Amino acid sequence: MKKKRVVLTIPPHLIEQPLVYNLIKRHDLMISILRANITPKEQGRLVIEMSGEKRNIDAGLAYLTGLEIEIQPLAQDIKWHEERCIHCTFCVPICPTGALYRDQEGILVAFNKDKCIACELCIKVCPYKVVEIQF
Amino acid sequence: MAKTIKEINERIKKGKAVVVTAEEVIELAGKKGTKKTAQEVDVVTTGTFGPMCSSGAYINFGHSKPRIKVGGGTAYLNAVPAYTGLAAVDIYIGATALPDDDPRNTVFPGTFSYGGGHVIEDLVSGKDITFVGTGYGTDCYPRRQIETLINIRDLNEAVLFNPRNAYQNYNVAVNLSDKVIYTYMGMLQPRLGNANYCSAGQLSPLLNDPLYKTIGIGTRIFLGGGIGYVVWNGTQFNPGVRRTPGGVPTSPAGTLAVMGDLKQMSPRWLKGASFTGYGVTLTVGIGVPIPVLDEEILTHTTVRDEDIKAQVVDYSQSYPQVQPGSLGEVNYRQLKSGTIEVNGKKINTGGISSYAKAREIAESLKQWIQKGAFLLSEPVAHLPGADSGITFKLLNERPLKRTRGK
Repeated sequence: MKKKRVVLTIPPHLIEQPLVYNLIKRHDLMISILRANITPKEQGRLVIEMSGEKRNIDAGLAYLTGLEIEIQPLAQDIKWHEERCIHCTFCVPICPTGALYRDQEGILVAFNKDKCIACELCIKVCPYKVVEIQF
Repeated sequence: MAKTIKEINERIKKGKAVVVTAEEVIELAGKKGTKKTAQEVDVVTTGTFGPMCSSGAYINFGHSKPRIKVGGGTAYLNAVPAYTGLAAVDIYIGATALPDDDPRNTVFPGTFSYGGGHVIEDLVSGKDITFVGTGYGTDCYPRRQIETLINIRDLNEAVLFNPRNAYQNYNVAVNLSDKVIYTYMGMLQPRLGNANYCSAGQLSPLLNDPLYKTIGIGTRIFLGGGIGYVVWNGTQFNPGVRRTPGGVPTSPAGTLAVMGDLKQMSPRWLKGASFTGYGVTLTVGIGVPIPVLDEEILTHTTVRDEDIKAQVVDYSQSYPQVQPGSLGEVNYRQLKSGTIEVNGKKINTGGISSYAKAREIAESLKQWIQKGAFLLSEPVAHLPGADSGITFKLLNERPLKRTRGK
């Protein structure tokens, strides 16, 4: 079983297509919707986690690409500006997935992009704007 | 044998002073005992780096041609209002000041993306700042409006002056209600969803000199990356609270009023901070050297996180409604572990004050002293002690008498 988190940029004419349904039914994938920004007749954004066999994930991605949906790995859109971080640990208890965590000594804050689901809670919490999500 | 500050300064000048941080002294005294450590160590350095709202800077921007008196008028730095109730070209920019057009909490929670704390950070960074001022015009100050860029290097004076910093201990904030709340202690999730604390614990200046034996008015300190001074006890100074047998207060107690030349400081140690739903503040780096004059003073500096207790306070009801009562007492070792237990529930903790940066400050100050670049000063007066009778009073509101027609 493989997992892949991607950001889909959906052109306005595809906004009403049952994309998630097709990924599940045709490609046997489990889809978790992490974020969705969908408005009728406008470009939409969908952040999903795809789980399944590697060949099914590849086929699912090929299906989306064939529809001219732009696909980006989720991690590319998230920036943790370490130089701005004062390591106060303020964000740590707020992060629901442990993407922001304390080091072993409990003093420095570290960021694991792979665990981030782009919920943006840390953006609300961090006084120094250390995390940036470029959707 | 007791030492004097003069003797310690002589050793600093000769490059012979033994300086350790408030973290290092714990291990050292554990190995050698307090008596021997007190003989060997001359100075223990402390540090703290946390948001401190009661902060600000006064500047004198110089006289324009023709002259303007913004005293009694208005002054804006990067659209953030500064206080003008001073002389013609002296203004004070407070950390929590907000642009007039900031929506604040109209759309809740507000983001407070730029305010006084950020102006101070930008000023210290050497960035140009827009200055817009008005005066009402007098015979000696005829000009009524001014719009110009200013830069810290051109100002006559730029002085950080913070009426209350370096809190000696603080509350641990939680939320017992059913909705998210936004406070100066951060976003607190409902039903004890998280707990936030704000102290450098065993590195914090006033927790290493809990009875104010050495820190007093005139103490030279690390302030914002430059050199500053303790100029008074801080506002809300409350020394008479409950203390441990070691003298460490178990709730917020002493505070420091500090000042120093902003031109020497660094944006690394003065950072504007935005608290969602609450406002803007300034995160200030402070490091205080503690001269080891005798074994008692040394023993105080060996305080460990597990010896420092803090009260867990509900910020949904108890704090805003000024209802006394603590949900429990925890220590800083537990807080820094990432989890505490309150009302039988395990809660994840988050710090607001940076321990990592407090450690860097204590280390920097240690190096300054070792290099002979920083001498200790003799306080000219002590801070009020635990038996001074000074207490933190609530406001006694007295209704205004309304007279008809007024």
